[in-house]
Amino acid sequence: MQHARRRGLMASACLVLLVGVLAGCGGSSSSSSGGSSGSGGSTTGHMGGTMVLAWNGIGSSIDPAVDYDQNWTLLNMIYDGLVTWKKVGGSDGNTLVPDLAQQIPQATDGGKTYVFHLRPGIMYSDGTAVKASDFLRAIEREFTVPGPVGSFYQGIVGGDACAKTPKSCDLSKGIVADDAAGTVTFHLTAPDPDFLQKLALPFGYAVPSNTPDKEVGPSNPLPATGPYMIDHYTPNQEILLVRNPKFHEWSKDAQPQGYPDKIDIRLSLTSEAEVTMVEKGQADWMYDQPPSDRLNEIATQYTNQVHLNPVPQVYHMALNTRVAPFDNVKVRQAVNYATDRAAIIKAWGGPQVATPTCQILPPDFPGYAAYCPYTTSPGDGKWHGPDMAKAQQLVAASGTKGQKVAVICTPDEASKAICLYFVSLLKQLGYDSSIKVLSAAVEYPYVQDSSNKAQISFSYWYPDYPSGADWFDVVVGCNGFHPNSSASANLSEFCDPTIQKMTEKAIQTSVTDQAAANQMWSQVDKATTDQAPWVSLFLPKHIDFVSARVGNYIFDPNVLVGGILIDQAWVK
Amino acid sequence: MSTVGGLEHPIDPLADAPPEGWVAGRSPWALAGHKLVRNRMAMAALAVFLGIVVVSFMGPFYADHIAHTDPFTSQLTATTVINGKRVDVLQQGGGVLKLGETPIGPTWQRNYFLGADSQGRDVAARVLYGGRTSLTIGIGSAVICSLLAVIVGMVAGFYGGVTDSIISRGLDVVWAFPVYLLAISIATVLLTQGLTIGPFSISASSLWLPTLIIAVIYVPYVARPVRGAVLSVREKEFIEAAIAQGASNRRLIFNEILPNVITVLIVLLPLMIATTILTESALSYLSIGVQPPNASWGTIINDGQQLLYTRPWVAIAPGIMIVLTVLSLNVFGDGVRDALDPRAKLRVKD
Repeated sequence: MQHARRRGLMASACLVLLVGVLAGCGGSSSSSSGGSSGSGGSTTGHMGGTMVLAWNGIGSSIDPAVDYDQNWTLLNMIYDGLVTWKKVGGSDGNTLVPDLAQQIPQATDGGKTYVFHLRPGIMYSDGTAVKASDFLRAIEREFTVPGPVGSFYQGIVGGDACAKTPKSCDLSKGIVADDAAGTVTFHLTAPDPDFLQKLALPFGYAVPSNTPDKEVGPSNPLPATGPYMIDHYTPNQEILLVRNPKFHEWSKDAQPQGYPDKIDIRLSLTSEAEVTMVEKGQADWMYDQPPSDRLNEIATQYTNQVHLNPVPQVYHMALNTRVAPFDNVKVRQAVNYATDRAAIIKAWGGPQVATPTCQILPPDFPGYAAYCPYTTSPGDGKWHGPDMAKAQQLVAASGTKGQKVAVICTPDEASKAICLYFVSLLKQLGYDSSIKVLSAAVEYPYVQDSSNKAQISFSYWYPDYPSGADWFDVVVGCNGFHPNSSASANLSEFCDPTIQKMTEKAIQTSVTDQAAANQMWSQVDKATTDQAPWVSLFLPKHIDFVSARVGNYIFDPNVLVGGILIDQAWVK
Repeated sequence: MSTVGGLEHPIDPLADAPPEGWVAGRSPWALAGHKLVRNRMAMAALAVFLGIVVVSFMGPFYADHIAHTDPFTSQLTATTVINGKRVDVLQQGGGVLKLGETPIGPTWQRNYFLGADSQGRDVAARVLYGGRTSLTIGIGSAVICSLLAVIVGMVAGFYGGVTDSIISRGLDVVWAFPVYLLAISIATVLLTQGLTIGPFSISASSLWLPTLIIAVIYVPYVARPVRGAVLSVREKEFIEAAIAQGASNRRLIFNEILPNVITVLIVLLPLMIATTILTESALSYLSIGVQPPNASWGTIINDGQQLLYTRPWVAIAPGIMIVLTVLSLNVFGDGVRDALDPRAKLRVKD
């Protein structure tokens, strides 16, 4: 009996040992399979390190109530709103998910009321708790703190009054915040099918309810809710993001934990210097697009470190429809016919980085149907080539030859090259054209302000959210034009009453029938393209150039990121 | 017989012709010219400068009849023939990704001799046209500056007193600003709207704008030496004699003082032209001088800055032209100074 017991013990021990060995093998194989794609398996081995980013300069503001530019790439790692877009790659990156809210509510009261329940236990980086009233403060600040664009939230009850007299803005009737119950209730004046999308923008990020009505700077940032917070900011030199000690991952879709311990952003670098830094491994990613004279170099010598992705962005020349000669639709159409989009694409970097377009909406966007009237052999929706003869007929018919035209652009190489092309083109069409180069900090506010009578300027539009309304009710719609204001996104000052009625009908229809609304957006796109407030030029591809050590590259197309998911990339 | 200064040569002051063996004297101007011509370095520098001027002003001929190109129009989709093969002026990148469009490099042939820039334009033609612009603005602004400085310096030095104080303090204020910062400030303002003074209007894209800006900012640098020369000449005995004879202020200024201070200007002029050419190039490089698509050496260097890695000749060629022009003017200016200013050759001998 004693001999059998000893053999039984030995067998049990071997069995335990065998199970332990097998468990160890399973753990290590899952981490290696997760290493290359980042999907599934343990990735804790990649946590840590310092990611170094190279950047020309910080955007206009680090205050979520004000910023409307490239700083959104940083803000979405630092702050959170009630909802956000999924932080994943591909088209799924445009899917709305709950962030600080427990779930996305259904609209009630005929589409005019949304009730959000906050997740409990979420803290700011300074240790204070996130409350319901913080969202009331955040959205009131969007009216009260002067910014570069008009408000996205005028549809909230009280929003119109706030837009008229920001100093006395009171949205307490439109946004009912119950701190005890942890609920935020929004009351709208009318159903808005894009309201949840607008809430995902940084303007809706939570801020402490005692945040003042003035812009905060990077030296004194608002406390963070996201995985990172600003450690310090040295003007024109560096911004350092470090882990937010109060952050815990409540939703991997909305705000996953970041991999790098620190994100070191080096500022005041030219794009040439940024390319060299990434090539030498001194930086892991460059925010700015590589200059065109280095594209061949990085494509041939660092092929595996280059990533190309299409983005829903349209580069165009905005034609001021209220200033001669572009107040004449024949002239606008003439410039569209005459433009050689292939030549423009060459100036941009070649056909691999851009595709020609004639219309307002980009492909794969809700409501897109290929349409291009401004080409030789029209009919198939594609651009084939310029039609100079038709252009010159239209100019002759308009009677505007010889008028002075100033083409406005920023001093960066590609922008200037494209503007110089248009100076030549307009001269060919018979106009007395010249170029006006304005610094990047000045140019956008300048061309927005109608008192400056900017005739034609080089610009682009990256939609704030995936809806036709963000195009046709904002950037080429009546509601996007604010006279004598530097917050008027409709640079063309285009407002056609017939097209505006079509736009409003499409917005109303989208509340109940998105498919029908998309067909309407397609008609609005055609009608607007025919009126030619823009010379739509091309659809760019976003170029990400990363260092050799960067792993888990994920491209997220939504407007908050529009490129690599920085905090999801590995540097270890 | 008479002696003059101890000489025993017979001199008849009423004679029609000088006595035999007498050597005619030369005027100071002739002496200076003779000295300058004998200065080989100065003459070589002048030849280089004149050569640059001639070549630059032949830019239209080169563009029309040799290169067959328009250096001001974008040529993004142009093609050219190199060694019998037709190629794109902007060539697509290689490798798998085929990213980027690189302009062709120097062909060392009639078309695109120095290659193309990022707009597909012929660099050699633009360098020649750029020379026309830079030289015109440089020489024009130096001449205008000199004219203004002579007026200001003469008035301050001749009248003295309160007039001199006011003018000198005004010059001090302008001089207190770093020259380039002052030029940038003025140019940035005027380039948005142009310049309008009463009935006169200069558009923002006109070459007169950088010319006048550069002329005005350098006035103190020329007016001060002129004023100093006027102050010095004003105390001479021949001025006293002219005053005693009843000469008017106008006669004093134009007939007595101006001819004696003009040498200051002549010495300064070549150096001023070099300085104004450099200033114009700097302002145009910063995009606040000559406006594109007009060409000047500064704008072409700005265009070439983005192509330094791939097509460095776009920036190097106008840079070489600037160096040669400024160097030749400086060397020639030294020669002029040596010829006209006797004190410059004084040496203390052991």
